[in-house]
Amino acid sequence: MIGFAARRAASAVFVLFAISVLVFLIFFATPGVDPAARIAGRNASPETLAQVRAQFGLDEPLPVRYALMMKSLFWTQDLTSYVNRGTEVIPQVLQAVPVTLSLVLGAAVLWMVLGIVMGTLAAAWRGTAVDPVIVLLGVVGVSMPVYWLGEVVNLITQSRLHDSVFSWVPPLGYVPITESVGQWALHLLFPWLTLSVLYAGIYARVLRAELLGAMGEDYVRTARAKGVSERRILVKHALRCSLIPVVSLFGLDLGALVGGAALLTEVVFGLPGVGRLTFNALQNVDLPVIMGCVMYAAFFVVLANALVDLVYAVLDPRVRHA
Amino acid sequence: MPEPLLEVEDLRVTFRSRGGAVPAVAGLSFTLHAGEVLGIVGESGSGKSVSMMSLLGLIRNTNCLVEGTARFQGRDLVSMRDGELRALRGKDVAMVFQDPMTSLTPVYTVGWHIAEQIRAHEPVSKAVARRRAITLLEEVGIPDPARRVDDYPHQFSGGMRQRAVIAMALANNPTLLIADEPTTALDVTTQAQILDLLQRLQRDHGSAIVMITHDMGVVSQVADRVLVMYAGRAVEEGPRAEVFRRPSHPYTWGLLGSVPRVGAERQRRLPTIPGSPVSADAVPPGCPFQPRCRYRHDRCAQRPPLEGPGDHVDACWLPQDQRPELRARVDAVAVAAGDPERGAVR
Amino acid sequence: MSSVLDAAGSASAPVADAVDPAVRGAGAGPWRTALRQLARNRSAMASLAVLVLVVAACVLAPLYASAVAHTDPFTSNVSGTTVVDGQPTPLLAPTEGGLGLGVTPIGPTWDPTRYFLGVDNQGRDVMARLLYGGRTSLLIGASSALLCCLVATAVGVVAGYFGGIVDAVLARLLDVVWAFPVYLLAICLSVVLLTSGLDVGPVHIGAGSLWLPVLIIAVVYVPYVARPVRGQVMALREKEFLQASIGIGASDLRVMRREVLPNVVPTVVVFLPLMTALNMLTESALSFLSIGVQAPDASWGTIINDGLGLLYTRPAVTLAPGIAIVVTAAALNLLGDGVRDALDPRARLRGTA
Repeated sequence: MIGFAARRAASAVFVLFAISVLVFLIFFATPGVDPAARIAGRNASPETLAQVRAQFGLDEPLPVRYALMMKSLFWTQDLTSYVNRGTEVIPQVLQAVPVTLSLVLGAAVLWMVLGIVMGTLAAAWRGTAVDPVIVLLGVVGVSMPVYWLGEVVNLITQSRLHDSVFSWVPPLGYVPITESVGQWALHLLFPWLTLSVLYAGIYARVLRAELLGAMGEDYVRTARAKGVSERRILVKHALRCSLIPVVSLFGLDLGALVGGAALLTEVVFGLPGVGRLTFNALQNVDLPVIMGCVMYAAFFVVLANALVDLVYAVLDPRVRHA
Repeated sequence: MPEPLLEVEDLRVTFRSRGGAVPAVAGLSFTLHAGEVLGIVGESGSGKSVSMMSLLGLIRNTNCLVEGTARFQGRDLVSMRDGELRALRGKDVAMVFQDPMTSLTPVYTVGWHIAEQIRAHEPVSKAVARRRAITLLEEVGIPDPARRVDDYPHQFSGGMRQRAVIAMALANNPTLLIADEPTTALDVTTQAQILDLLQRLQRDHGSAIVMITHDMGVVSQVADRVLVMYAGRAVEEGPRAEVFRRPSHPYTWGLLGSVPRVGAERQRRLPTIPGSPVSADAVPPGCPFQPRCRYRHDRCAQRPPLEGPGDHVDACWLPQDQRPELRARVDAVAVAAGDPERGAVR
Repeated sequence: MSSVLDAAGSASAPVADAVDPAVRGAGAGPWRTALRQLARNRSAMASLAVLVLVVAACVLAPLYASAVAHTDPFTSNVSGTTVVDGQPTPLLAPTEGGLGLGVTPIGPTWDPTRYFLGVDNQGRDVMARLLYGGRTSLLIGASSALLCCLVATAVGVVAGYFGGIVDAVLARLLDVVWAFPVYLLAICLSVVLLTSGLDVGPVHIGAGSLWLPVLIIAVVYVPYVARPVRGQVMALREKEFLQASIGIGASDLRVMRREVLPNVVPTVVVFLPLMTALNMLTESALSFLSIGVQAPDASWGTIINDGLGLLYTRPAVTLAPGIAIVVTAAALNLLGDGVRDALDPRARLRGTA
């Protein structure tokens, strides 16, 4: 067991290292690009450029440059943005995390509940009209560009029906939970709904497919031959086995979203989360901030992968004893 | 004669498909008495599994139509609603399936499964059910049952798992146990052990057994009566000794001919029945075995009724008194066809 | 019944002659069976019809622009005029209400010959741009899906078949790329490559070329397809028919081509429509963020972006391309479901390694 954990930890560290190298190469080693001009931002004076070169050791060979950047990111933790002069990267990222967490965790609860209910109903009522309707809803949900849906939601709640049905909808933005729980939830309501439409569609379809597969398995036939009720078979046998892949999928999606993959939703709804921070940094080519955000994202993805493996072992005894 | 345990009359199971109605079981009738072991033999696609599963309402395909009557302890199973059937399933009638690897939900322990079987029909506590599970595991010969009751199915070997499944099936002392190819997925040694176990349990519990198999060897070991199925129909039925010593249907000749006998002349190749099993949607009118039968003749265009002397019946137009001779020829030709050095028999 | 005995006694023909030829069956090949099953799937056929319509409409974009609408969707037409309800109206009319500053483009006229869906803030015909944008979006979606599937199949087959160090390296590479949240990686690559283009060895791709989004999107999704393929090949490797082929001395390439590939192709074929939908959505997101398709080209994503400033006044500019994306992606997804049901009903929806 220790050996297994140690190997997984080593693998995780390796992946993080590889990602940092990848990002570094993308931004610093792309042929035909001057890294100093990119870091110093637009309209930088020659003195600033020289300073940047010294700071980042841009005249030095690539591996040294990489080491210097990693040092200022992880060791001395004084990596500063060169677009917003003087602002340190790490506090900026940490400040944005609660926003992203609020968005993602709220949406996650919503989409899991919706997805599981829809998927189970569609499988249980297969053959009736309910099944194709739910499948269609799921497909449409998955086919919508999330940012477009967000804009349409804004159109309806902020403009068209703002004076009548949706007058209670606050303007776009974020209110920390510490200030006012009600306002926090109100500001996040539509972002939650928008983000969960996409994922509920995905999860309903996956669960439905898994459930239908499970209901055709031999162990369901055995349970039926034992005299177990259909409802118990669906929930205790089929659903229990179908949830395993769904839970692992959920872990991976959650990891990616917390890491900043919800950036489109944040941009559309004006939420100052990690995703929006990343996007702004990318637009301004604010490399230190980009590095910080990407490493943060990668860390969460790797963590989520590891946790999913653990959860898999808890849920599926076959994996435990393999 | 006491009242029969199971009386099946003209059981028909039809599947609706785009190409029309496919008769998987086309008029099966037999009687089973308490404590009796009936062996149902046939190739894949003969309808042997479908017939038994349809009795218990285990075919959930909405395109499946079950007709006829099947009286179990006087009550007709075919016309029962699922709720009533569910009360019987696992309690009075239990079923054991072919593949022990996949027949138990992998995320629950074996003890949990047995307890679920018990508690589905009796209001006992989990602790009591667990203790009964341990006793049952011991009865089927699983070593260290108190520890193994908390093991997961994948931690058992194939043979042990099948024993556990049998233990589970017998948990509520069913009067009828249906075993659908219970040994097919196991190696020969384990197969013998499982068959011994079934026989012992049958004596101890007194349950009747319907043993579905394609293996004549299995039938010869455990069955009291034999029913041979082909294309969804019974083609021969009788006491085991009779059917084995004096088989009367050409199909049974083929089945027995393909089993090498200890002490008989050594063959280079085992004889086979020519052709392949007919698929349910392509059964010819009249006798279904015609296309593969050496002795096919004009009369076969009409379906032969299941009849014969005493309790040994068959469905064939060939004259009864000539059967042994005809069978001997079939065997000789089949052997010769399989042995290139012998040449054709004239 | 002496005739029966005589017939038996004089039989010189081998026993097999007695077998009715009708007993021997003839089966259709797996692809034909799959096609037939797909044809019976109503939702898949309806989706296919919708897709054909969409593709046809977009392919005919130049015809629409020149023959029907008589507009040029790519040049600004800020001071143009048209006729609405018999009255000549400027395309960008002064804004009424509010502060009275600025201009508001005309909304949908529902007249195919005159700015069917209105104009955008540069006086360009939205409907014509929609059709042209569709060409770009569909092209990028389909090409990147094809490219992605080709590369992923190659990587997955090689990694799964050879195992050992080859597999270790490739699997690690896939893991690293996959560890990046897909959109983040695509955005990073786009930001870097879009300003300067790609200049690697013999490959020169200009900054405005449509090949850039195609390549970027294809690359970021390779692990999505490659991991399930690799898993399947690894399972196939253990099967007897493969071992038999190797045992008789067939070369690796031959085994891969004749035994592995035919088994892997159905899996990948299932991915094609689904990846096209996914890639289209990704391209539209990148274009929305202004790092996908660049001007003067247009795609549905760029049009949505264009329409943002007009969202509350002239929502048609944003709504139309969005609806187009939803309809096309949904049709692709439903078709993909149908293809999967026809080829392998037990295949899982999302490859979980």
